[in-house]
Amino acid sequence: MGNNKVQSAIRKYNQDKTRLMDILIEIQKDENHISDEAARIISEKLELSIVDVEQTISFYHFLSRESQGKYTIYLNNSVVSNMMGGKIVAETFENEVGCKFGKVTDDGLIGLFDTACIGMSDQEPAALINGNVFIHLTPFRVKEIVRDMRAGKDVKKMHTSYLGGSQNKSEYLNSVVRNNIMRMGPVLSDDYNPGTIIMKNLPQLTPEQVIEEVKSSNIRGRGGAGFPTGLKWEFCRKAKGDKKYIICNADEGEPGTFKDRVILTEKPKLLIEGMVIAGYSIGATEGILYLRFEYKYLEHYLENVLKEAREKNLLGKDIGGIKGFHFDIRIQFGAGAYICGEESALIESVEGKRGEPRDRPPFPVEKGYNDCPTVVNNVETLCSTVKIMLNGGEWYSSLGTPESTGTKVLSISGDCRYPGIYEVEWGLTITDILDMVGSTDVQAIQVGGPSGSLIGPEEFERKLCYSDLVTGGSFIIFNYNRDLLKNVVLNFTDFFIEESCGSCVPCRSMTPLFKQKLEKILSGNGVASDLEDLKNWGKLMKINRCGLGHTAANPILTSLKNFKYLYEEKLERGKEYETGFNLEQAVSESCEATTRVPEF
Amino acid sequence: MADIINFTIDGKECVAEKGTLILQAVQENDIYIPTLCNYKGVKPQGSCRICTVRANDRLTTACTTPVGDGMEIENDTSEINDFRKSVIELLFVEGNHFCPACEMSGECELQALAYRFQMMVPRFTYQFPKREIDARHPKILKDQNRCIRCKRCIRTIKDEKGRSVFAFFGRGKNIEVNVDPVLGSKLTDKLAAKAVEVCPVGSILPREKGFRTPIGQRKFDHEPIGSEYKH
Repeated sequence: MGNNKVQSAIRKYNQDKTRLMDILIEIQKDENHISDEAARIISEKLELSIVDVEQTISFYHFLSRESQGKYTIYLNNSVVSNMMGGKIVAETFENEVGCKFGKVTDDGLIGLFDTACIGMSDQEPAALINGNVFIHLTPFRVKEIVRDMRAGKDVKKMHTSYLGGSQNKSEYLNSVVRNNIMRMGPVLSDDYNPGTIIMKNLPQLTPEQVIEEVKSSNIRGRGGAGFPTGLKWEFCRKAKGDKKYIICNADEGEPGTFKDRVILTEKPKLLIEGMVIAGYSIGATEGILYLRFEYKYLEHYLENVLKEAREKNLLGKDIGGIKGFHFDIRIQFGAGAYICGEESALIESVEGKRGEPRDRPPFPVEKGYNDCPTVVNNVETLCSTVKIMLNGGEWYSSLGTPESTGTKVLSISGDCRYPGIYEVEWGLTITDILDMVGSTDVQAIQVGGPSGSLIGPEEFERKLCYSDLVTGGSFIIFNYNRDLLKNVVLNFTDFFIEESCGSCVPCRSMTPLFKQKLEKILSGNGVASDLEDLKNWGKLMKINRCGLGHTAANPILTSLKNFKYLYEEKLERGKEYETGFNLEQAVSESCEATTRVPEF
Repeated sequence: MADIINFTIDGKECVAEKGTLILQAVQENDIYIPTLCNYKGVKPQGSCRICTVRANDRLTTACTTPVGDGMEIENDTSEINDFRKSVIELLFVEGNHFCPACEMSGECELQALAYRFQMMVPRFTYQFPKREIDARHPKILKDQNRCIRCKRCIRTIKDEKGRSVFAFFGRGKNIEVNVDPVLGSKLTDKLAAKAVEVCPVGSILPREKGFRTPIGQRKFDHEPIGSEYKH
């Protein structure tokens, strides 16, 4: 294999160990895997041990030590994908390709893998093939795609539909992905010429004045945690450090969420401007856009937008004519790890390491990337701050409700007539939202993805706001034909088992136990005490370090709270204890081998 | 002189220097908090979660959180102790810990904690995972069955260039601690002994030196773990 390619990837990133992720991603792309030889060379050049290199490789879903095939298919196995026919698509892939998921064909041509939500919930079933997005898959399309692969066709030329609307069909993107913007507000509206704030307003304002304006808007972080943005900037501004960083969190890994993908496609200039404004106010010289690997198809497009921004002096030296204000942005890709959406795990990942969350304190605003003060903001948050600077904090705080100001971009999918992106003011009720997207006969909604809650009709009058129903913006709607426990809760539980970083004991070892208990109940062997166990065990999740650990049992805990009858109707009645162990089944293989018939 | 701050542990008034971690502050007041992934002289990381306390009504690990002025810490309560016992039980069921057959029995911190917290039968189902023993290295054995993934070896054992001899592999329930194929074979006697010493269980064992301490003279044979603290 090409040692030269490995060497050149290492050279490209100046033998810098904090760029290990980039080096690995580059080699993976060129060679479909990272060979023993490649790992050895990297370890030598970067002065790391081999196990140190391997610990990073083995952490990320899209990095591998074995070849993943010339064509590597990652089919989304999320709840929404399965609702839209993902299972039959998966079966067709297995039959046509001739191997099971997790394997590569003997000739090394096609590798078949599954992956968690790829941010296409409004156009499922979808897959990534060599980084290119394929949407609306059907058995017919699968057969066609596999035929094309056997014929050696270029992945970029396999699409049969028109390219997606608006920027998706721009020359740097060439993608079939749909935007499905169903409703726009300040973030998504088309009436602003990006760069205006940097050129006209910023030179008139001190960093402190910018922070004051953002604070007066009362905007809170749109990733889900809801920390006041202005306050975060102020903490970072006041923190001691020679160098400061602004990182945009575009990891968007919460299944059912896809709003950032649309913003990145349609409003990247707004995002860059938001990062520049944040950089100016906190005193940063470097911005990093941490983009999930699933969105790698946006790379050339976004690089080009950055290039144009540099040409217009919206990035670079003395930006907007402000003497001494130097700021630039680089893109850092993740490599497939939900946990990297957690800000401290994200920072670890940007440093080239496993995405394990850090202990806090210290918080990133004091000690973040390379131990320097760092602000991590969501895509939507940064875009919103541009409009706050444009129209004023007072204007922004007049939108929404008094305590939850502004708008929220929602990602809505599942059983509704118009799945897509909706920018709405805070304060709508769930019923409003269902009416807006054309949903009737709704059995349940997963609000905020697997880490959020599964709620039923009795909660549909709840309001979208920080004091009631907080969300990062994902709604997955289920009608009465859906089996919530089997097809939703179990899938989400599997998701958390797969995505736990493995550091905290309760997170890594409780999640499989939750799944076993759920399967016991689903197989009809559950008793009332099993439900009590689930409830009690759930309390232990609160001692985990990070948000993933805290919420990993939420699919079970919130469905148990809101849909207890679904569990109860599966229980064995009148029984106090049931092991769930089937002796007959357990010994059947030995019985067959010895031709003995057991007497139970 | 450093600032002195006041805080309470289970209602008892205590003092500590500002900036002290809860764990140390509590220990200085002669009160026991169980620890497992923590190791003297190594930067704490709070991954086993066994030192969890409730500080100002928030669950947090004592080994990583600084004590604050006026902080109210709950340590020896039924809620916290049950969390700790659960963590011990989880470690037993997620791995393969057969104490009677383990040469670290009596010196194993996990076993000693199980005794101290009076674990009889874990409430969780044993997972009996299939795990390997790595015997490729001249000075040490790495038994994955007994590894509790506390990272003590990862954080402590570095070669002269600061490279890690041990590192995590994988993630989630399948996470393992692997030994570097190159550095593992070059391990000095001193580092090998250190690796064995930092391992709280019997996952890193010296080769050709079994059962060094007779049963009856082992660390936890006479007194429970944490007996150096009065409360």
